[in-house]
Amino acid sequence: MNVPVRQPVAGQRLMVVDCDIHPAYATPTALYEFLPQRWRDHWSTFGTFFRPPLIGQLPFPRMMAGGMRIDSFPDNGSPPGADLDLMRRQLLDACGVEVGMLIALSRGGMEERNLDFAAALSAAANDWQLHAWCEPEPRLRAAIVVPQEHTEHAVAEIERRSDNASFVQVLMSPRTADPLGNRRYWPIYAAAEAHNKPVALHVAGFSGGHSSTPTGWPTYYLQEHYAQATGMQSTLASLVFEGVFERFPKLKVVLIEGGFAWAPALCWRMDKAWERMRAEVPHLKRPPSEYVREHVWFTTQPIDEPDQPEHLVDIIKWIGWDKIMFSTDYPHWDFDDPAQVFAKLKLTGKEKAALFRENARAVYGLP
Amino acid sequence: MSRRVLAKVSEVKPGAPKIVTAMGRQIGLFNVGGEYFALANRCPHMGAELCKGWIVGLVQSDAPGEYRVTRPGEFLRCPWHGWEFDIKTGQSWCDPKSVKARNFKVQVEPGSELVKGPYVAETFPVTVEEDYLVIDL
Amino acid sequence: MQASLAGAIDCDLHPPLPGVTGLLPHLSAYWRDQITNRYIDKLPFQLSSYPATSPLSARPDWRPAPGQKAGPEPIRTHVLDRWGLGLAILNPLHGAVALFNNDMAAALCSAVNDWVAKELLDAEPRLRASILLPVHDVELSLREIERLAPDRRFVQALFLAMGEAPLGRRVNWPLFAACQKHGLAVGIHAGSTYRHAPTYAGWPSYRVEDYVAQSGAFETQLLSLIAEGVFQTYPKLKVVLMESGLTWLPHFLWRTGKTWRGTRPEVPWVDRAPAEIVRENVRFTLQPVDAPRGEPEVLARVMEHLGSDNLILFSTDYPHWQFDGEEVLPAGLGRTTIKKMLVENALDTYLRLREGAAGERALSEETVP
Ligand code: FES
Repeated sequence: MNVPVRQPVAGQRLMVVDCDIHPAYATPTALYEFLPQRWRDHWSTFGTFFRPPLIGQLPFPRMMAGGMRIDSFPDNGSPPGADLDLMRRQLLDACGVEVGMLIALSRGGMEERNLDFAAALSAAANDWQLHAWCEPEPRLRAAIVVPQEHTEHAVAEIERRSDNASFVQVLMSPRTADPLGNRRYWPIYAAAEAHNKPVALHVAGFSGGHSSTPTGWPTYYLQEHYAQATGMQSTLASLVFEGVFERFPKLKVVLIEGGFAWAPALCWRMDKAWERMRAEVPHLKRPPSEYVREHVWFTTQPIDEPDQPEHLVDIIKWIGWDKIMFSTDYPHWDFDDPAQVFAKLKLTGKEKAALFRENARAVYGLP
Repeated sequence: MSRRVLAKVSEVKPGAPKIVTAMGRQIGLFNVGGEYFALANRCPHMGAELCKGWIVGLVQSDAPGEYRVTRPGEFLRCPWHGWEFDIKTGQSWCDPKSVKARNFKVQVEPGSELVKGPYVAETFPVTVEEDYLVIDL
Repeated sequence: MQASLAGAIDCDLHPPLPGVTGLLPHLSAYWRDQITNRYIDKLPFQLSSYPATSPLSARPDWRPAPGQKAGPEPIRTHVLDRWGLGLAILNPLHGAVALFNNDMAAALCSAVNDWVAKELLDAEPRLRASILLPVHDVELSLREIERLAPDRRFVQALFLAMGEAPLGRRVNWPLFAACQKHGLAVGIHAGSTYRHAPTYAGWPSYRVEDYVAQSGAFETQLLSLIAEGVFQTYPKLKVVLMESGLTWLPHFLWRTGKTWRGTRPEVPWVDRAPAEIVRENVRFTLQPVDAPRGEPEVLARVMEHLGSDNLILFSTDYPHWQFDGEEVLPAGLGRTTIKKMLVENALDTYLRLREGAAGERALSEETVP
């Protein structure tokens, strides 16, 4: 379906930084060339080994075309997100994307239970991002994929990649074995802080061993989709209460695709509970909301659409105009189009500029 | 307003809409059981190319766990977020009052009438032998 | 100045409960034998979610005096008389619900319910109660509902926000059928039996974080009930979320409303947007109000986001420490919201409250402007 969606009008182009783009592997073995023989053999014999019950699929089948925009399947039969040319035409050119943040989700070792294999996969995924995406397309930036349960390798991988300007952040799954604020993950934050890389937490389908809600597994995809929002809230609460931001005062965290309209209520709730219980967490020197205000950024997709758009403006105000960053989630089905996404919000030019690019520029230190 | 000839009737098959351009705008032509309908190729939600979505029926249910596909071929599911639109009216199922795809009234006219004018066919010659789909734009 | 609470209905407060010894008269010979010989009577049965000494569990001036006997007295003094309330609904949070032996859990729950009826409801006509259920066993829970339904002072069946599986699952439907039939509300209260970690990435280190995570469990349960079609099947059912924090609700309605539009064919029985279902069938008790202190305009905006004055039921959450002094009504609520919340919404939710002398009084006060 090689049809340009929209021709941008010269002079009126809306330039955006897209904080959530998913590149896909053109073939199931696309990573082989970046793996040592030992791990190619392992992979072809034993496969990857995740915690969910099915191989290569989630137990909650997605709604639209396997979770993809129907129009994002390349003609050459590769999966959505695998064809750079189509990505250029459908997203980068059509939507005026100046800089696009790659979020390489699958097979980066984030969910692999065999930690040595996880390490090899993450290194391979990082090489692949450079080779297949950032080198041919200078608008794209990579995130250092790290297997969060293998802290040692994660730190080494951050050290190894940080000098390469194509890598602008560190990517972890929030569905970890322990809540992300847990001290076992702190060496990763130390490395990210030392190298001035924000830590990106993108919602993930694969569980780190826990059910997706605190009262067990849901039934429908509709519920599993929502569990990403409750999960992201608990992730943020964990980072705050365990003292991550107190210990790493320069750490930046970007929450991707977990929603943001819940953030004010969560902050009020955290502050209120902290007021009562602060003796339990004396390592926190300030109300939780202040750590969030200082250290955390949110991406917009999937944008919430209240009947009255100004309600969403309230939310953005409460979080802070400088904390929200536009994202499309291309090529996934719940894609947001920059031409439409804030259309009903009646934003000023300055507010638009902040959401579409300036905030991301500041966080990632983009030119 | 002018009347436009958009396609030959024979070109628009059930389940296979034809997307045409008229006056600079894309319009999807649909054949639902021999009746013809036209929708703007633009989703009222976030602007996806609506007519490239799936032609589906409406899934309904009398009770949890019971599923019925009704009105097969009469609905269009948007290629992005999957909202469902009634091809005959353009109305969305989820919010028929406020979310509605632009629709146009389609008429079938014999070529023998059309060749006399004042109709306009932008992209192809009109011949007497065929029937055509015509809308007011 | 705070609006008068005279005649208001408190929809969530927690009675002090007796130790297991106090329950013995309400247990069968078998369970008396088990409980004494296994020294079960020496066990505290305190839910991990609410340790007695934690600041959240009791306001400093509401802590039980040493040696205080379990009974209606503290509730009278601290709540009913203090604010001149009309009625109050007790939610006994007893640890029996967390046991894995469902028979034992059911026996203890029944004993707690009988104790509540005898020692609290008989003693104080302004009190009503929820039925404590052995929630992990549907059949035994159903038996308990049927056993107590004839006592009209029980107005609700009590569940915890976190259990073995999301509550909307079809296996639980006999309970909802019974509640609808008997005019009992389904009450979901904060708390966990810890069958699962309280977050999707495991176990927090601190209680404060654990408490914060409760709101996510409420979101989960609410969506489960909606998605599974509970409200299509039991259209008269009222579900009350208690101690949920409340201000997360606008986001929940926006997000689920949007996702439903695209995923509706998966759950075609959900024939309305979640917001509509919530407005019709679901209510929320007031405390705690998770809103910023000293910024009443923010809470006022949140109430606008909710777009309904029917959703909130007044509650103190006694003795949990959710507010200080007299500030049970947070600044920022509109007059109509307060007026409806104090009496009317509760009467529409708990049909049984309209019955009996105290209920009639509440009803007549409802019409006073
Ligand atoms: S663009 Fe069509 S449903 Fe969103």
